[in-house]
Amino acid sequence: MAEPVISIRGLRKSYDELEAVRGIDLDVLPREIFAVLGPNGAGKTTTVEILEGYRDRDGGEVSVLGVDPARPTPAWRERIGIVLQETTLEPALTVRESLQQYAGYYREPREVEEVIGLVGLEDQADSRARKLSGGQKRRLDVGIALVGDPDLLFLDEPTTGFDPSARRQAWEMVAGLRDLGKTVLLTTHYMEEAQVLADRVAIISEGRIVALDTPENLGDRRQLPTTITFTVPAGTGLGDLEGIGQTLSQTGGEDGRIEISISTHDPVENLNRITAWALETGLEIGQLEVRRPSLEDVYLGLTDA
Amino acid sequence: MKSVSLALHEFRFAQKVFWRNPASVFFTALLPVLFLLIFATIFGNDTIDELGGVKVTTYYIPAIVTLAVISATMVNLAMNVTIAREEGLLKRGRGTPLPPWVFIAGRVGNAIVISAIMLVVVTLIGKLLYDAPIPWERLPAVAVTLVVGAAAFCCLGLAITVIIPSREAASAITNAITLPLYFLSGIFIPENEIPEGVLSFANHFPVRDFFQAFFTAYSPNTTGAGFEWGELGVVAIWGLAGFLIALRYFRWTPRS
Repeated sequence: MAEPVISIRGLRKSYDELEAVRGIDLDVLPREIFAVLGPNGAGKTTTVEILEGYRDRDGGEVSVLGVDPARPTPAWRERIGIVLQETTLEPALTVRESLQQYAGYYREPREVEEVIGLVGLEDQADSRARKLSGGQKRRLDVGIALVGDPDLLFLDEPTTGFDPSARRQAWEMVAGLRDLGKTVLLTTHYMEEAQVLADRVAIISEGRIVALDTPENLGDRRQLPTTITFTVPAGTGLGDLEGIGQTLSQTGGEDGRIEISISTHDPVENLNRITAWALETGLEIGQLEVRRPSLEDVYLGLTDA
Repeated sequence: MKSVSLALHEFRFAQKVFWRNPASVFFTALLPVLFLLIFATIFGNDTIDELGGVKVTTYYIPAIVTLAVISATMVNLAMNVTIAREEGLLKRGRGTPLPPWVFIAGRVGNAIVISAIMLVVVTLIGKLLYDAPIPWERLPAVAVTLVVGAAAFCCLGLAITVIIPSREAASAITNAITLPLYFLSGIFIPENEIPEGVLSFANHFPVRDFFQAFFTAYSPNTTGAGFEWGELGVVAIWGLAGFLIALRYFRWTPRS
């Protein structure tokens, strides 16, 4: 296995009485898009800012590109790109000028025009930053982080506060970074964002990692039961359905119909029985839905505790 | 060598940002000129017997140059570096390979160049509108006073950012420091109108010393080269104190 780009063991950080990070272990591999997902105040930004060299830590071992970020060097800074949680742009400079300014700080920057293309701001290249929309500002922010051609990119909540279309555009851009061979560490509190973008996701809650896996397997999602829901007319006898699923719940639905929810590990068998039963008895069943547990279910289950 | 070219790179962008900011241009470049025109209109034909019969307009040229240099350096940096800090721009800069001192050097260089431009503009307006003499024979003293003062007030501007908690407070705190000193030090009101006790109080602060150094360099009554080494020494000591405070307490991350 390749050397991890980021390696964290037993990371701890407290602010006065508050323990923000309580022992985190993590490896991020080369060319991986890794998401740290968690609610506000879970310790995401504290962790990332320790990795970026902005904050010192109270305990644990941290290595980022082979360097301890508590002792950052200019050579190390050449290799990382940072997008902070808050958009940070000089409002009076144009997109092109902003990128030229930061490009000047690096030994081997990317071509400014190429970066403008990467973040999709060709039409705004000569607009001042203050005139850009929120989503465009954020993309310029990412462009500034890319202009030094870093190996590792930190994106702290890149789409917080975006409307859905701006979020989609930002996602396309981040997904495009994969083709450049960058390693990306992303924090977010949107489950969907982690699911769409990340190769692996760590869910953190109250300063600890509570789950770490691919979005598909996260929180043993494959082990969790599937939910089958449907409605039947009022007054239907349900005798034949007793005991087919893990849980059988009934609630009164619209128009006096009965809403039934079945949680099962064997959805194929159960669906067959339900539909057979409906055909035999001539029952009209409505709003039939089969739903696998979403990442959101997993996330809420893990972070609510 | 690399650092010098980086500092020039930063300077170029600091220039662009400065001239594109209407507030910077108004308060730093236009307001001092307005003050000169207003004061000269009000007090224009008087002479000041206590200062060897020098015309009030001639008095106001070094006074407004003093104000313009302090605006371009201390006020400009205290405001704009605080805003850059609160906007996260300083923090972001720290996340790049750029050496921190280069970041500051670009902005200090910009402030000093603006100071020099303002000195020339105010002096030329004085000559053209009020026939205030250009001190050609004491040019070295004018230049040395400008450089010592601009550098010292840049350091003081960076030191003031330490006590400014938010971008909203930047203007109030900076004005609270400068405006009383302008009044007490003979910048706004000719010093013969100011009680002796007030002037000796103002002498404890660098605005008064900086003005006296400029006044001597500009005044047609001055004999000799016009260097006020004592006053310049006081200004330099204040600057050094500001430098040390900034070095020790300067913050790169937002406070609010």
